[in-house]
Amino acid sequence: MLKYFLARLLTFLPTFVGVTLISFSFIRLLPGDPIIVMAGERGMSEERYNALMQEFGFDQPILVQYWDYLLGVVQGDLGQSFVTKRPVWDEFFALFPATLELSICAMIFAVMLGLPAGVIAAVNRGKLPDRLFMSIALVGYSMPIFWWALLLIIVFSGNLGMTPVSGRIDLLYYFDSTTGFMLIDSLLSGQEGAFRSAVRHLILPVIVLGTIPLAVIARQTRSAMLEVLSEDYIRTARAKGLTPARVNGIHALRNALIPVITVIGLMVGTLLAGAILTETIFSWPGIGKWMVDSIFRRDYPVVQGGLMLIAVMVMIVNLTVDVLYGFINPKIRKR
Amino acid sequence: MPLLEIRNLTVEFATASGPFRAVDGADIVVESGDILAIVGESGSGKSVMMMAMMGLLPWTATVTSDVMRFDGQDLADLSTRERRRLMGKDIAMIFQEPMSSLNPCFNVGYQIKEALRQHLGLDRKERHNRAIELLEQVGIPSPEKRLNVFPHQLSGGMNQRVMIAMAIACSPRLLIADEPTTALDVTIQAQVLDLLTGLQRDTGMAMILITHDMGVVAETAERVSVQYAGQKVEEQPVTDLFATPHHPYTFALLAALPERATEKHLPTIKGVVPGQFDRPSGCLFSPRCTFADETCKSTPPAVQPASLGYARCHYPISAKTEETA
Repeated sequence: MLKYFLARLLTFLPTFVGVTLISFSFIRLLPGDPIIVMAGERGMSEERYNALMQEFGFDQPILVQYWDYLLGVVQGDLGQSFVTKRPVWDEFFALFPATLELSICAMIFAVMLGLPAGVIAAVNRGKLPDRLFMSIALVGYSMPIFWWALLLIIVFSGNLGMTPVSGRIDLLYYFDSTTGFMLIDSLLSGQEGAFRSAVRHLILPVIVLGTIPLAVIARQTRSAMLEVLSEDYIRTARAKGLTPARVNGIHALRNALIPVITVIGLMVGTLLAGAILTETIFSWPGIGKWMVDSIFRRDYPVVQGGLMLIAVMVMIVNLTVDVLYGFINPKIRKR
Repeated sequence: MPLLEIRNLTVEFATASGPFRAVDGADIVVESGDILAIVGESGSGKSVMMMAMMGLLPWTATVTSDVMRFDGQDLADLSTRERRRLMGKDIAMIFQEPMSSLNPCFNVGYQIKEALRQHLGLDRKERHNRAIELLEQVGIPSPEKRLNVFPHQLSGGMNQRVMIAMAIACSPRLLIADEPTTALDVTIQAQVLDLLTGLQRDTGMAMILITHDMGVVAETAERVSVQYAGQKVEEQPVTDLFATPHHPYTFALLAALPERATEKHLPTIKGVVPGQFDRPSGCLFSPRCTFADETCKSTPPAVQPASLGYARCHYPISAKTEETA
């Protein structure tokens, strides 16, 4: 198992180098000059411009710049933001818990609803639950996120006044961040109603962000289940006189889970990308919003570092998925 | 009272191109402690018949019968819950492909203990001991260690032994073995058959053995029912059947045995079992039968009396005509 893990870890290296290369070059391909952007409307003198060029190392050949960047990354130095002058690393981890909290909750929402929906649809293939769930899933998958978000806000926040429109918690509450996760912090603070407020703020963003993963998971679970349900061992399980709940929920689902968690792993990447839109709509102070702002400011280190860290997160999730395969189906462990 | 009695069982599948009748008025009667073999070519509806009895067919199948009774209980009357209580406990089944019939995600011990928990309500410790006992009974060496092994780590023969252990876990009164040896090596086939007949002798359970191998029939069964295109065409005790087959199909099947071949070329039955679109209107075997005439092609034959092996034939072969032939 350890050998398998290390072997998988080794395949990270090329991916990692690729990610740094892409994030480094793409931001530089965008038209616009970070120093000009920094100067703003007033502009700056030739000498000042050249001095800054030298300070940031932009006068060096591009390969040398990349090499310097890579050396920094290997040593854990992602550079400083041009705008705030704070280390990218610190900024990222100050904002990341907000995104992580949102993403985890959205994923839990998607899995908790998507898995049962897929199983029920597969077991009742062609009947009403199947058609109903799969139609809803298709609509959910096809709906533009921002429109869906606005619709929910209009109904639940506007008309019904049930949920807040933006932010992570009511302004009434203030406490220091210990973990960065509002749900945990609000509980730790011991303030009455703080946790409830945090939950209420999460509901709409979680639904919006979780809708597409939910639809994908439901459809994937259904198709994987359909394939598994025609297997011989399902017939054996039924011949043993097991209840349909055991046959479908344990014997079939466990085998169907492999393609499903593959999709879940891949969805994490989509989720972090989707978070950018969701965070913007709900003014959620996470890395999505931070990244978008940095791109407009041509804040090279932030964009590079942020992209890389997100990529690493996605890689870690997918490694976890790979390891999970072996736990779910021991037959895979052998290879 | 027979242990299992099925009369006039018909199974129809709804297909995109209309209904397909896989089993057509089949009868089965099994007494306690009996070994009945059902033989026939691929596509003659042997497995479907058993699956219908077990309630394992997909929803596209329509099962009808005059009588379907196990131990005096009408199976058609039982609720699905009551039926589940019977399946895996009083009636157990083993299948053709041991490698794919066990769940790859769970170890052998789990799959055996699951049946014990479902039907006998034993506690953890008792289940564990019983599982070891069962593996021992089916001849798996070092059973304690084997409990934690996954199906892909065992050979086909070993997996079939596990399947058998699982089937006999709750001491069933009827074991249905659906081509239990077809997927196995010849040497292993004999071992598994010995195991099955040994278990049958020790426990006194009844057994239905589905096979297309006449050799297997001769070695194990007491009574043989020959099935063709969803119909029972003949039924006799095994020695009588081998000595004096009454239906031309049985005759042809026996003639195709290598041990019985008198000529250089093995005799074969030309053609295949009729499918959905080429079902003859008369005797179902008539297109392939060497004795068939116009009557056979136009009118379905009636079932002959017991002295003629219940043969479903217009011109059953009697001992006498066989001699003159």
